[in-house]
Amino acid sequence: MSAVVDRIKNLLGPEMAGPGLAFLAVMLVFGIASPQFLSAATFGSVAFQLPELGLLTLAMLLPILTGGLNLAITFTANIAGLTLAWVLQANGGVDAGLGAFLLGSVLAILVGAVSGVVMGLVIAFTRAHPILVSLSMMIFLRGLGEFLTRGGDVSGFPAFLGPLGHGSFLGLPIPLIAFIVCVLAWHVLLSRTKLGFNTYMIGSNLEATRYSGINTRKVIVLVYALSGAMCAIAGIIMLARFNSVRIGHGESYLLITVLACFLGGVNPFGGFGRVIPVFVALVVLQLLSSGLNLIGANQHLATAVWGLLLAGVMVLRFVATKFKISFVRKET
Amino acid sequence: MRFSARIPLQLNVIYGHRHMHQLATAGGGERPLLSLRDINMTFGGVRALKNVSFDVRPGEVHCLAGENGCGKSTLIKIITGVYRPADGASIEFDGETYSHMSPVTAQDRGIQVIWQDLALFPEMSVAENIAFQTVLGRWPKLVDYGRMRQIAKDALARLGVTLDVDLPLKEYAIAQRQIVAIARALVGEAKLVFMDEPTASLTQSETDHLLDIVRGLSASGVAVVFVSHRLAEVLEISSRITVLRDGALVGVYPAASMTQSRITELMTGKTFDQQVRAKSRDGQPAVLDVKGLSRPGQFEDISLTVRRGETLGITGLLGSGRTELALTLFGMLKPASGSISIEGKPIRFSSNRDAIEAGVAYLSEDRLSLGLIQPQPIADNLVISSLDKVLSGGLLSEERKRSLVGRWIADLGVKIGLQQDAISTLSGGNQQRVAIAKWLATDPKLLILDAPTVGVDVGARAGIFDIVARLAESGLAIILISDEVPEVYFNADRVLHMAQGRIVGSYDPRTSSLGDIEGAVYA
Repeated sequence: MSAVVDRIKNLLGPEMAGPGLAFLAVMLVFGIASPQFLSAATFGSVAFQLPELGLLTLAMLLPILTGGLNLAITFTANIAGLTLAWVLQANGGVDAGLGAFLLGSVLAILVGAVSGVVMGLVIAFTRAHPILVSLSMMIFLRGLGEFLTRGGDVSGFPAFLGPLGHGSFLGLPIPLIAFIVCVLAWHVLLSRTKLGFNTYMIGSNLEATRYSGINTRKVIVLVYALSGAMCAIAGIIMLARFNSVRIGHGESYLLITVLACFLGGVNPFGGFGRVIPVFVALVVLQLLSSGLNLIGANQHLATAVWGLLLAGVMVLRFVATKFKISFVRKET
Repeated sequence: MRFSARIPLQLNVIYGHRHMHQLATAGGGERPLLSLRDINMTFGGVRALKNVSFDVRPGEVHCLAGENGCGKSTLIKIITGVYRPADGASIEFDGETYSHMSPVTAQDRGIQVIWQDLALFPEMSVAENIAFQTVLGRWPKLVDYGRMRQIAKDALARLGVTLDVDLPLKEYAIAQRQIVAIARALVGEAKLVFMDEPTASLTQSETDHLLDIVRGLSASGVAVVFVSHRLAEVLEISSRITVLRDGALVGVYPAASMTQSRITELMTGKTFDQQVRAKSRDGQPAVLDVKGLSRPGQFEDISLTVRRGETLGITGLLGSGRTELALTLFGMLKPASGSISIEGKPIRFSSNRDAIEAGVAYLSEDRLSLGLIQPQPIADNLVISSLDKVLSGGLLSEERKRSLVGRWIADLGVKIGLQQDAISTLSGGNQQRVAIAKWLATDPKLLILDAPTVGVDVGARAGIFDIVARLAESGLAIILISDEVPEVYFNADRVLHMAQGRIVGSYDPRTSSLGDIEGAVYA
C-alpha cells in the first residue's frame, strides 16, 4: 500500500502540492457558487480550450527547465500553421486530400523544429541570453508572417480538418487526445530519457554538466528543436480549430504559458519541474476561467484572476516553507 | 558516528578538564570578558551544541577549532544573537548576564563578527563600507561624507594601514577587503571580534600581515576569537585553543602546549600516523604516456608516464599550470603540440567525451561549481557520466539507477540519507566520495584527482586517501594533484613538481624527505 503511495508521490513529485490544492480550491469554490459548474458542459468547454494553451505550455516548459525561455512559441506555431496552409492551398485548397495534409503537417513540424534549432544553436554557441535570442526569433517570425499574410487570415481548408478541431473520439475531444498524447510523451521524455535527464542537469549547472562529459550544446539545440516542433503541433491544432491561420493567433497565450509552468511548480531558474503538475495547473487555469464565465464575470476579469492566482500560489509556497521550518524548530 | 576508530570522547573531556584546571590556577585572577555556560542548541532533532562552555579573556587571541559541522558557527551565532540557545543557558559579557543575546545588544555591547564572506559592498567606497553603520538612522537623514571619510581613515590608521578611502572596494584585492572588514568592526567600538576563516583566501605574506594586525588588536585590549582550518597559524597567533567535536566541548588548551597533530587528533578523535605509501610500479604497463605536451602560456614540454596501479603526484603553486595540464589530459583544452597516448595508442581528444570514452576521468578542483551539480539529487550526480549503464530498453530505469547508486554508496562508504536528497546536503567529504564514485562508474583507466581534499575536513581526508590507495591497488592509474605537498608526499608513488608550466623536479618519497620537496615548492 505504502509502496503504491510512494510510487504516486514519486510520479507527481513535491511540485504537485501547489496545483493540486489550487485544483481542489477551484472545484470547491465554483461548485458552491454555481450549480452548473460541476457539469459535463463545463468540462466539455475546458476540454476544447485546454489543448492550445496546453501544447504551447509544453513548448515553453523544456526551455524553462534548462534555465532559458522561448518567447517565440506563438509565432512559431502560426508560421508552422502557415506552412501547412500553404501546402493545402497548393494542393487544391478546399479539395486537398489527406496526403497533402500529412505532408503539410510534416513540413510544419519541420519548420517549427528549424526555428528551434536556430535559436538553440545561437544560445548554445554564443551563450547569449535565451530571452534575447528568442525575442529576436519572435520578432523575426512575426514580421515574416505579417509579410506573407499581409496581416490577414488564411483560410479555405478541406472539410475533413473540422473534426481535428471540433470532433470527438470515444467521447473525448480530438484536440484533447492529441494534447494528452503530447503530455505523456513529454513526461516520458523528461523522466525516462537521457535527453530529459541532461535537460534538468543543464538547468541547474551547465558547466558542471559539461565537465561530466555531457554534450551540453547538443542538448540545448535539441531542447529548442523539440520546443519548436511542439509549437508546430499547437499550430496545426489551432489551424483546425479556427479553420484559419493568422500570425497573431494565440498571441495572448505567450505569458500565460510561463505562468502555467510556474503555477505547476517549475523552478524559474531551471533544473526542477515536472510535466504532470504543469498539466494540472493548466486544468486549474481553464476551470477558473470557465467558472468565472458561468457566474457571469467578464472574460477579461478571468485573466486578471489568473494573475492573482499565481501571485497567491507564490505567497502560499513561501508561507508553507516558512511554516515548515518554524514547525520543525519548535517541535525539537 | 562518522568514524569507527575513535578516541572515546569522554577521555578527551577529562584530558581537557585537566588543562582547564591548570589554566584556572595559572591565570586565575583574570576575570573573563565573555563567559558562556550550559549552551544547548538543537536543529530539527540534531543536537548542534551539547552543554558547551566557552570563556574569552580580555585582549586574548583565542582559537575556536573543530571540523566542519562541529558547532563552531552555531556557537558564534549564539554569542552574536543570531540564534537563541535552549533554556538554562547563561551568557556573561563584560559584567552582565543574559539568557540569550540579540544582534542589537551584541553590537551595542561591542561584539563584532567578520564572516568569511566579509559581507561588504564591493560597489561602494572604502569609506562607506567602513563607516556606513555610524551614519545610519541619524537625524537629519543626510549622509555626512566628510565625517564618514574621517571615521574610515581613523579606523584604518589604528590598523596601521593606508588605503584610498574614496576608491570603490572592488578595486582592492581580497586581503585589503579583509582589512576593511576589520576596520568596520573597530568603528563599532569592539571589545570582542570574531574572525571566521580570515586567512582562507590569502597568500602567505598577506596572512603574515593579517596576523600582525590581530596581534595589534590584542595588544590594544580587543579580544579576538579566531576560527581557522590552518593549524600552523592557529598555533602561531593564539594564546588558548578551544576544541569542539560533534557539538561538545573537547577541552581548552594553552597553545604553547599543543602541536598541529595533537589538535587534529582532538578535533577528529582519531590518531593519524601518516606513512609514505610509495611503491615501485616500474614493471607495470604504462596507462598514460605524455610526450612534449605544450600549451603556450600555460605549460611547456610536459613529458610523463603513469603506470597501472601507480599514483603520480603533481604539486606546485597556484598558476603552475597543473590544472591546465589536467584539463588537457581530460580533453577540455587542446594542446598546441605534443602527444598523449593511452595504453600505447596515441589519442587526440576533441572533447572530454572522447577522453571519458578512452578511460580518462577528471575530478575537478572546484567541487561546488564544476565537480557536482549541487541542487540535484545524490543519485543523479552519481550516474550523470555513466547514464548508459542505467538504461533499460533505451529508457532510464529508476531501479537500475537505485541499485547502481546503492552499490557505489556502500562501496565507498558514503553516508547519505536518501538517494533523492540534494547532494548539497552532504558534508564535503561525503560529496567528494560521490564525485569519485561518479567517475569510477565510467570504468576509467586513469583517474585525475585535482585537489581532492579542498573543503574536506581533516578527518575525512584520510578516508579519501584510503579510497585512493585501494583504487591504485586494484590497478587504476591515478594522477593526484595538490598544492599541499604532504598530501602528494604521503599518498603518491612519485612526485612531480611543476612551476611556471614546467616540470622542474621529480622525487621518490622513499628516498626524498618531505622537507626537500616543500623546500623546493615553497621556495
